Amino acid sequence: MAAKTRARTAEVQAFPGDTPADVLRGYYRSMSLIRNFELRSSEMYARAKIGGYCHLNLGEEATVVGLMAAINTGDYLFTGYRDHGYALMRDLEPGRVMAELFGKTTGVSGGRGGSMHMFDSQARLFGGYGIVGGQIPPATGVALAIKQKQASGPDSDAVMCLLGDGTTNIGAFHEALNLAGLWNLPIVYVIVNNRLGMGTTVEAASAEPDLYKRGASYRIPGIRVDGDDVLAVRDAAAAALERARTERQPVLLELMCYRLRGHSVVDPARYRSPEDTTIAQKSDPVPVFRAQLIAAGILDDAAADAIDAEIDAIVDAAVEFGDASPDPDPADLFAYVYATPVANAPSALPGDPVMEAL
Amino acid sequence: MSIEAAPVTDPPATRVITYRQALNETLRAELLHDENVFLIGEEIGVFEGSYKITAGLLTEFGPDRVVDAPIAEEGFVGAALGAAMIGMRPVVEIMTINFSLIAIDQIVNHAAKMRSMFGGQVAVPMVIRMPGGGGQQLAATHSQNLEVWFAHIPGLKVLAPSTPADAKALLTAAIRDDDPVIFIENLSLYSSKGEVPDGEQIAEIGKAAVVKEGTDLTIVSYSRGTTTALEVAHKLEAEGLSIEVVDLRSLRPLDRETICASVRKTGHAVVFEDDWLSYGIGAEISATIGEGVFDFLDAPVRRVAAAEVPLPYAKTLELAALPHAAELAKVVREVLNVAPLEK
Repeated sequence: MAAKTRARTAEVQAFPGDTPADVLRGYYRSMSLIRNFELRSSEMYARAKIGGYCHLNLGEEATVVGLMAAINTGDYLFTGYRDHGYALMRDLEPGRVMAELFGKTTGVSGGRGGSMHMFDSQARLFGGYGIVGGQIPPATGVALAIKQKQASGPDSDAVMCLLGDGTTNIGAFHEALNLAGLWNLPIVYVIVNNRLGMGTTVEAASAEPDLYKRGASYRIPGIRVDGDDVLAVRDAAAAALERARTERQPVLLELMCYRLRGHSVVDPARYRSPEDTTIAQKSDPVPVFRAQLIAAGILDDAAADAIDAEIDAIVDAAVEFGDASPDPDPADLFAYVYATPVANAPSALPGDPVMEAL
Repeated sequence: MSIEAAPVTDPPATRVITYRQALNETLRAELLHDENVFLIGEEIGVFEGSYKITAGLLTEFGPDRVVDAPIAEEGFVGAALGAAMIGMRPVVEIMTINFSLIAIDQIVNHAAKMRSMFGGQVAVPMVIRMPGGGGQQLAATHSQNLEVWFAHIPGLKVLAPSTPADAKALLTAAIRDDDPVIFIENLSLYSSKGEVPDGEQIAEIGKAAVVKEGTDLTIVSYSRGTTTALEVAHKLEAEGLSIEVVDLRSLRPLDRETICASVRKTGHAVVFEDDWLSYGIGAEISATIGEGVFDFLDAPVRRVAAAEVPLPYAKTLELAALPHAAELAKVVREVLNVAPLEK
């Protein structure tokens, strides 16, 4: 009996820190949810229920779950266009996320945004952004407003701004980091480095491919972390957010991960070498984490399968919810163009006269 | 039930001040009115503004309310946008309209889209002030009138006041509006003077104004152009011509009804604009008149606009390229088919 307990303790300590077993199982459940949701999104795209561009978090599950385990509910989150997993992890109903992909009124953005533009003001998910780098200046501005309105300390809100590896080459990244460094803003910039900007490698796009070093020009500390390690991601993000909150010290995190599929659902990724694809598959954080938990005695196959089955039912229900939800009414086309109504705001549809003839 | 006499409201006292002073006093009043208002831009604090619109405000309100930003338009315009997303009311100064192109992604792809694209969950109560205008020998990159770039974009509101009184009343309205407002100023208007009512004045966004009544022809203009239009209209009175002047004030939304109502009365229209002719503000006005009051027109609508060339530095070339009173008067006479008065 005593020996058995000791053995189990030793196995659990294979995970850094003292994360309780139920929390670890929760992380697995979250990773399973993102994996399942994204595979289903791909299927729904193929069935033409989803239109436009659609970028998946497949292969980035440990990164997404680790980051979202570190962020406070009051913190503001800005993301790029690969945003489904983040919406799920901010506790938005999977049905509402799927409904957004389906362009339905019940979608998180009322069907007006689609895959790239998930937004929920209550959850402080302040948007997926389709323009590369477009989210970085506004995220920085939220941090500026926080600094203007709140004292620094553990109770202060902070901002987490995600971006891809390719985004570190755009001017908005550098202008915004300069402002954050100059003004000591409570913000953590997170480079999700999946090693490919569409089909271009980091080395082919960035003169300094160690992207975490790019904060140096702005006196922003940069930290590189294994993005396939959910606990390492969580701990690094939590420490960075703590510095942002208490010291008003912006931080640049670089999380190294792999994209399992193409840039978007329609990209077969023929530009990838077989070796690269093999590495990405071997690093796949979902089966790796599952195996780790099983090896540590925190899960067994049956329990893991039960979680996967529960998630499968949740995603089934999400698809059903999306299917059953109503399409937006064209009568509401102009509903959200302006917050303050003013005289003469346009409301003509194609072919309508611009005004009544006098 | 008692019957009381309607309260007698005296019209507010007025003072003659410059357009610059009207803007400065309005910014100050709004900083006092709402603690969420703050100013941000290049050289607006210590330097007091490239055109001194923000003179004295850093001293009075401090660096959290009057934020000197580095030369990074995309960065600080976007930062103001983010602050607006959580309820601040930033008033951005872009030193001249030319530099707005560096921030165009944040303005067009982001500020204009946020509310609609995110299903009405967020508002963007921000104002972006910027002066346009040529005629100062600043050469091609510093003399543009790019208002139509913004007036084209749903989600933005675009204002272009021509008088100190409107500068005050429209800027107040812009700051209190919950949408992104592009506020077009003009370098040559900053020192112009006019009567400005005291006290709080809030204009209605989306409304044009008939600033001079007449019966023979309508000149439609905005910003600096309206001052020239009025000058020409008054001069032509001496020739027996009765010219009405419509000042657009709001380029988006556009008050088509006021334009068309005027032209229905006069039967003739000339648009006077500082921007380039093709695809300019005047093209939209002309189309509006054509669609709205075609049957009332006695002559084709004409446009007096800038020559379509990157504006040269040399004074002779600059004068040749920009629209002035003389060209406007000539076109008005052509439209009315009258010869100039013999001297």
